[in-house]
Amino acid sequence: MLKYLMARNEDIPPGSAAVYWGYSSIVWFVIGTGLGAFNAAKLAFPDFVTGLEFLSFGHMRQVHVMAVIFGWISMAFGMTMMYMTPMLGNTRLWSEKLGVWNAFLWNVGLSLGLTVLWWGMNSGREYSDFPWFIDLYVLLFMTIPLGINVWMTIIHRRTQGIYITNWFFGAGTFMVSIVLLVGNLPEYFHLTGLTEAYLTWWNAHNILGLWITPVGAAIGYYTIPKITGNPLYSHRLGHLHFWSIVVFYSTPASHHLMSAPLPEWLKSFASVEGVLILVPAIAFVSNILMTMQGKWNMFVENLEVKFTVTGCLMAIPLNMQGGFQQTRAINWYIHGTGWIVAHAHLALLGFSTFVEVGAVYFGLQTIMRKKLWSLTLGNLHFWFLLVGFTTYWVSMTIAGLIQGAGKIYEVPYIDVVIAEHPYMIARWLGGSLVFMGNCVWLFNMWMTARAGTVIPAGRMAHELAYER
Amino acid sequence: MNMNFREYKLGSRFFALALGLSMCITLFMPSFDIGSVNATNIAMDKQLWAGHESGFSLDDPLLLGWHKPLKVLLKADPVSGQPMDATYAYVYEKGTPLPNGVLHPDNLGSVAKRLSIDKGHILESNKNTGTVFLVKMDDQKRYYIENASATLGWTPEGVLKTAGDENTQHAAAGKSLFVREGCWWCHTLLPEQTQDWQVFGAPPMLGDFNGESPTAFGSDRKAPDILHVASRNSSKEWMMLHFFNPRLVQPHSIMPRFDYLWGPVDANGQKIDFAKWRTEYNEYREGKRITPPEVPTYARNSEIRNLIDFVMNLK
Repeated sequence: MLKYLMARNEDIPPGSAAVYWGYSSIVWFVIGTGLGAFNAAKLAFPDFVTGLEFLSFGHMRQVHVMAVIFGWISMAFGMTMMYMTPMLGNTRLWSEKLGVWNAFLWNVGLSLGLTVLWWGMNSGREYSDFPWFIDLYVLLFMTIPLGINVWMTIIHRRTQGIYITNWFFGAGTFMVSIVLLVGNLPEYFHLTGLTEAYLTWWNAHNILGLWITPVGAAIGYYTIPKITGNPLYSHRLGHLHFWSIVVFYSTPASHHLMSAPLPEWLKSFASVEGVLILVPAIAFVSNILMTMQGKWNMFVENLEVKFTVTGCLMAIPLNMQGGFQQTRAINWYIHGTGWIVAHAHLALLGFSTFVEVGAVYFGLQTIMRKKLWSLTLGNLHFWFLLVGFTTYWVSMTIAGLIQGAGKIYEVPYIDVVIAEHPYMIARWLGGSLVFMGNCVWLFNMWMTARAGTVIPAGRMAHELAYER
Repeated sequence: MNMNFREYKLGSRFFALALGLSMCITLFMPSFDIGSVNATNIAMDKQLWAGHESGFSLDDPLLLGWHKPLKVLLKADPVSGQPMDATYAYVYEKGTPLPNGVLHPDNLGSVAKRLSIDKGHILESNKNTGTVFLVKMDDQKRYYIENASATLGWTPEGVLKTAGDENTQHAAAGKSLFVREGCWWCHTLLPEQTQDWQVFGAPPMLGDFNGESPTAFGSDRKAPDILHVASRNSSKEWMMLHFFNPRLVQPHSIMPRFDYLWGPVDANGQKIDFAKWRTEYNEYREGKRITPPEVPTYARNSEIRNLIDFVMNLK
């Protein structure tokens, strides 16, 4: 892939950038979940690998988070943008060379960023842990070039309208750049105190709300109609989804700080807006599930549909939790507990990841014109991910409820730690399953590239029978 | 063929309007509330001992505690040498970046800003020569920052010499460790406004954060909140054992060991044999020893000293 960095744009085969992004994302997924499982082991067994500063929990926790957000999730987004945006515009990617360079600079920047984080150089701000020079790099060499490629491809489309997926891609890349610019102002201009605390969570909330969630959903809008052959159930519902994301979900940042001394009006406003997340959520889920009409057999028979619909179904509990757990009535009980950790993983490892995995499977087969090497390994990947994630989510939710109860009954904290211990072990087992599943995936995709059956011209990947 | 493509003019305008309105409500409007807050004495104390920045900065890129202020307990006047009431002074030696409230007095809020400038002479502070600060209260019980170098002629060297090492706290370097070692991934610094009063102490007030960076509230409380931990437990010996191996004082703790913050030698300059310690500790755990091995006393210039000084300031 590196040979294309210096090639002329016309000489780079279409789809090269998407393949580069796709394989990078899978490698980061393996690394990110491996780190997660390692960290989880430390919470279950505190003396597991001890005495080394660079393998201590405090040095590795943020490396895990940033590896999965910027490595796995965002690179999988980049991968889908590289192939879905031109396909939906009936055109070629605006610049294949920019796409390849972007993926290269993304990998370089993220490796550098994670190294300095690992070293302990961090801003002390959650989800914006990178020191400011890395933040600047992320903006200038990672998200903005990605956005330029997407916007220019949309502008140069050869279709009359723009499909929903591309609205979200165009808006998402724009919004994430704005969010990273504004959200890191405390580091660029050394803003302090409550301003810093609030902007930290403004940034964290909006990376989730204006990047990961909407772009994840946008991918589902492509994958399901494309593979099932059904037209999207409702374009109107798509409109409702898009506009309610922009209007409602860009505002509830302060619901992450409901128990901090922020202005009360701001918290109340955020809380009301936070409940309104149910509008885009219901619009999205119902639209996808209605599109599945008559094709539910594919939920069982087709790996990509299985992943995508499972992710979509996970959006239901995700948004039910998300809408209500931030209200004052509930937030005081579960704030800062494992419940939130479970919820965050439901968003990133549940909903978003499953939808993206489906799209990465589909996209890599389509672009490389190679049928997936092994369905068995694909299914193994699915079940490892689903069982691993579910184990994680259930155990962390229970642990969170224990912590919440401990909080209101003023139980000595150590008794909470003791009560949580079995769930910490379960969390580690679940995380390890996810990690192992991803190793299987990497192997399967490697074999697909090397030995997958060539898809004949005029055929789609899902039209061919699986061979293994 | 000349196709007439849709340009989405209305859509893009509404998009700009929606996102702009959202940012107006969530960023512009709260800035008036947050910007009008007066710093409390807690915020002044905190920003003076923690210094300009505790996370990554060019003054301390590796978070090793470079260019950090010192908090000292003075029992005698550093100029005359006469005994005086115990007072905390904040020493900014030559080259230490000045605290946020001094660099940008607007951050202190209107009242504290005026008092700190008029009575406290903070605008005369100088990074190149070093400055000593105090938190003072006027006759109307309003707090402000005073530049003691300007008002009392105290020099950083004189104050440090008068106080002595035993009364000098490296709390700012300790806060950098708090950020670097990721303590805040488990220990929050934010007792909640609902249920935390009896166990973890009072939730912070609106003006308690002015000038602090980063605030590092934390979000995932896997361990007790420690905003007021030194009010509950002020034993440095307990802290020392707990940091070296938390299981020595709390068998069920899941906190990591921070023995590596001791550095290579102990307080007497003897090399610390970590391997031997761990072997003996494992024997103790297996019941082959009756007592755990002794925890080495930390050296004066060790990182753990800074961290414990920081924790002792969480009152």
